Amino acid sequence: MKGKEISITEAVKKFVNDGSTIAFGGFTQNRHPMSFIREMIRQGKKDLVVYGHSSGIDLDILVGAGAVKRAEIAYVGDEQFVTPSPNFGKAAEEGKLEIQDYSNYGATLRFLAGAMGLPFMPAKTMLGSDMLKSGSDKGKSEKKFHLMECPFTGEKVVLLPAAKPDLAIIHAQMVGEGGTVMIYGQKFADDIIAKAAKEVVVTAEEILPEEQIRQKPALTCLPFFEVDAIVKSPFGAHPTSCYGLYDYDPDHYKIYVKAIKSNSFDEYLERYVYVEHREYFERIGGVEKMERLRADPVLGYSPNLKR
Amino acid sequence: MMPEEYTLKELMVVRASKEIKDGEKVFIGTGLPMIAGMLAKYTHAPNCVIIFEAGTVDSKLLDLPASVGDPRCVYGASTCTGLFDIFSMLQDGKIDIGFLGGGQVDKYGNLNSTAIGEYRCPEVRFPGSGGACDMACLSKRVVIIMKHELRRFPAEVDYLTSPGWMDGPGGREKAGLVRGGPTTVITDLGVMKFDPSSKEMYLDSYYPGVSIEKIRENTGFDIDCSRAGETEKPHIEEIALLRNKIAPKGSLR
Repeated sequence: MKGKEISITEAVKKFVNDGSTIAFGGFTQNRHPMSFIREMIRQGKKDLVVYGHSSGIDLDILVGAGAVKRAEIAYVGDEQFVTPSPNFGKAAEEGKLEIQDYSNYGATLRFLAGAMGLPFMPAKTMLGSDMLKSGSDKGKSEKKFHLMECPFTGEKVVLLPAAKPDLAIIHAQMVGEGGTVMIYGQKFADDIIAKAAKEVVVTAEEILPEEQIRQKPALTCLPFFEVDAIVKSPFGAHPTSCYGLYDYDPDHYKIYVKAIKSNSFDEYLERYVYVEHREYFERIGGVEKMERLRADPVLGYSPNLKR
Repeated sequence: MMPEEYTLKELMVVRASKEIKDGEKVFIGTGLPMIAGMLAKYTHAPNCVIIFEAGTVDSKLLDLPASVGDPRCVYGASTCTGLFDIFSMLQDGKIDIGFLGGGQVDKYGNLNSTAIGEYRCPEVRFPGSGGACDMACLSKRVVIIMKHELRRFPAEVDYLTSPGWMDGPGGREKAGLVRGGPTTVITDLGVMKFDPSSKEMYLDSYYPGVSIEKIRENTGFDIDCSRAGETEKPHIEEIALLRNKIAPKGSLR
């Protein structure tokens, strides 16, 4: 291993503590750092506080494993497979999870404030929503929001507190050995989340020599020094999609949802989480499955995928 | 077309697509709004600009995306960035329509996509705002598309995720919102609009074969039906496009 590369086991051991505040890259069923998250469950991490915008199975699988204490999010859903994500919905309805709702823009601006070294960001969104009424029970020292009149124009604005998670985990198509990150397709808020976080781990489909990734610096989105460790993780976003390489996996989503709805999530964890990545890969359908999910190089997704 | 040649869900999507005028910039949410947006682009509004909050502007949409962050949103796009970029254009007033679904809508067009019952330990938890509240606050106008059921049309939403006309005239201004508000609610039974002075929902048209009585029964508040006429039937080409090209899986049948 060269440069900042470490193993996934080492990365989780070194960077995730019980009670950490943590943010994941990705968006609903796309490009979540799933291999890292499965290793977090294997290592029994708990009491996590997750900051997100549009979460999906990334947050949901951790909630199902009993690893999450609190979630500050805007959305948790797996789109056409199920909304809300089933473990999240269940935990919310049973009152077992502290939740703080923001809008997607609101959540993004909190990370932006964090990335800019500012304590808050003003916005014209969320005004009139119950999100600016309920859910402000963070305790005396932390406020969910603050309404004020703009000192220049007198108009009403909401101030949203900066989000500075202890750790951000981003799954990228490519990273240089030194840590320079390249993401294709939508970046969602991944670059902002990484810059807001105190430490950053990037899992990637491929690790390139640093000088090679720097041949196209206009296409990179995070400078090397923002990234503390890198992990090689082919198909590391599965069952979510990774633009240009593979699509999301409808079969696996169905298995996941069925396991939760039939109260056999423990068996799901046993079969798909408490296994090495190589074995996981076989259990989800191996090479044949990846052929079906493989993205068309022009379209960026698998056009004949049975969805 | 004869009534049996299309489903009410298909008519709903066809009617919703008409809300988009050619050349308009449309901010589209996941689900039915996507199907309506694609249909508009393939028919009367080829130059409408479809924008998804996860980062894409004016994608060509060869295949129906499953979410606003789907890799299918990227093909042929003018730019491909992320949430901050897209929402900031929205906040700056550059987007004509926000196209939304939701769990509940009330008579002022306020939407709930968060929870039914108490916020803590709710009876039913929904996925949350996502970008819906942002679209509802910041688009120039909002079009709502959802299933018409009594439990989805309460007098007042359990949780106000995305502001409509709030509590009536002046409600949005009082909250500090600078523009927008819902103009149309399109369901599988008919089309609702909002009275310009009271801001209350009224029935604008009902689908062929659907009685006004059925709409009243499925609406949890008094709704003015005195202005309603029959909705125009869809064209055979529109139904063919939906079935063969846009939603071939039969999700609208």
